[in-house]
Amino acid sequence: MEIIVLVKEVLDPDLPPSKFSVDTKNNRVIPPEGIPPVISPYDAVAIEAALRIKEEAGGRITVVSLGNPSAEAVVRKALAMGADAGIVVSDPSFDLEDSYLAAHILTQTIRKIGKYDLILCGRQAVDWDRGVTGPIMAEYLAVPVATLARAIKVSDRSVRVERVLADGHETLEMDLPAIITVSNEFGQARIPSAWGVIKAVKEEIPVWSAKDIGAEDAQNKDNPGEGRLRRLYIPSYERKCEFLTGERPEELAAALVKKIYSRETASP
Amino acid sequence: MADLKGILVVGELGKEGLASITRELLGVARELLDVAEGEVNLMLIGEDVSSYAEEGIAFGADKVYVVNDVSAQEFPCDFYTHAVDQFCRKAGISLCLMGHTDLGRELAPRAAARLRGCICMDCVEIRSDVKEKEFVQLRPVFGGKAMAETASQRGVIQIVTVRHKSMSGFVHRSDRRGDIIDWSDQLQKGPVRTRLIERKTEEQEGVNIENAPIIVAGGGGIGGKEGFELIRELGRLLKGAVGASRVPVDEGWVHHNIEIGQTGKIVSPDIYVAVAISGATQHITGILGSKCIVAVNKDPDANIFKVSDVGVVADYKELLPYVIEHLRGASK
Repeated sequence: MEIIVLVKEVLDPDLPPSKFSVDTKNNRVIPPEGIPPVISPYDAVAIEAALRIKEEAGGRITVVSLGNPSAEAVVRKALAMGADAGIVVSDPSFDLEDSYLAAHILTQTIRKIGKYDLILCGRQAVDWDRGVTGPIMAEYLAVPVATLARAIKVSDRSVRVERVLADGHETLEMDLPAIITVSNEFGQARIPSAWGVIKAVKEEIPVWSAKDIGAEDAQNKDNPGEGRLRRLYIPSYERKCEFLTGERPEELAAALVKKIYSRETASP
Repeated sequence: MADLKGILVVGELGKEGLASITRELLGVARELLDVAEGEVNLMLIGEDVSSYAEEGIAFGADKVYVVNDVSAQEFPCDFYTHAVDQFCRKAGISLCLMGHTDLGRELAPRAAARLRGCICMDCVEIRSDVKEKEFVQLRPVFGGKAMAETASQRGVIQIVTVRHKSMSGFVHRSDRRGDIIDWSDQLQKGPVRTRLIERKTEEQEGVNIENAPIIVAGGGGIGGKEGFELIRELGRLLKGAVGASRVPVDEGWVHHNIEIGQTGKIVSPDIYVAVAISGATQHITGILGSKCIVAVNKDPDANIFKVSDVGVVADYKELLPYVIEHLRGASK
């Protein structure tokens, strides 16, 4: 089983709102100083999924990250978790903010790798929250796709996926090769072992450029992308909070119940 | 490609007729005709869907294209992708709208890839800019920490998924006129690759979270399954629904179908009671429509208080038993 996992380096999603800032003139997020980027949490779950499939069915896991040269760090993390090989795809000509283009570049990368049975990635990257890379790649590669997986069962030449729905789940079956996007319901990603970290440090991680994968024309008009970003800004969700007072929990509880009842009758 | 015209709304069905998101989208589509030009088309796919076409017209469709086909249920997303791709090409559609639903999240990027269209996911607002002759979409990014406003490209089809309940109301007019066209035989079937084996509804505990007037939700600070018993009891006494933020779901304390936030459900109750929820932005963006947000947290600096109307600084374990006692007393 040849498994490819796509991972993305992102701004730490647990960053407190106070550390998050936007350059509104250039419509860009300003990376906070001293806080390193992390692997997109859903992608970490996708690595976990790949590892469990490998443990059950055998195989080899290659991790691919499209991004800045610094994406080497997230690839190394995947190697420490147990992936077998890693590749960084990076080129100054790539517009990294456009996932439509990312799908094109990653498709070219997959073509260069050649052989694969399964491509896994997170349900969405936690920066731009789109979740389109996997499904678009499925169209480019003409392979089946299942999104939002919470369970994956590989058997011979096909795969069964349990897909999370708003009100339940559905079971889908696809022939291999296929693409699956993994949701957080799949389970927690494992913590790399000390031995895994030591091994990963020594691993050679090649960096492929646009030329290496034949993606020099990535920005052409066949990829209209997501349209022009007109504005990027930080919204204000703030409300004026009335704090209830009381010495003891009993008093606070009474005040709270009174408040809830008054709101209930106030609402239409 | 320069003279694209008209809007396609990809219809979905709910328990009683058209899904509410489809009704919303038809209303939205009518507002966008000043830039889209042409007509509002609705596509309905499934077994015997013709009976819903009239309702589509009443909510704003000029033309309803129905595809009655049972096999659509067996290969849902493949089927819809072919249908949307073919229809948009044939009709030269300029804007394709769908809900950010189980279907839309997967269908939109696939259809966009085939049509080489512009794509915008999970929008909370879409409007037309008549001067620039473009559509403008607003969507939360970075887990809701920022908002991105993007514009369509002229001469390229725009494919947009819209978040449930983000647009204000819709108008039902039974005197509206429109055409119903059976498109079943015109659709050329493409390759099917993903088969649906089964679909199971997992019932939410208690009151349905999306329509509940009151929601009591617990967060990571609840600390475990046992703590949620207090949340449930409070929910029952207030005749409300029970919800949770991301952590309790990831930790397995509660079922994922009660998760509220960017990756869960978007809710807008009259009263939202957030218990031991720190207030991560990705959760906050799911509750913004709430009329009144009440927060209980032992940390006075918790972010949740910044977005709340009423705050109680207390340990929920000490506070809730008294709240429950009060409510029990009141209901006697």
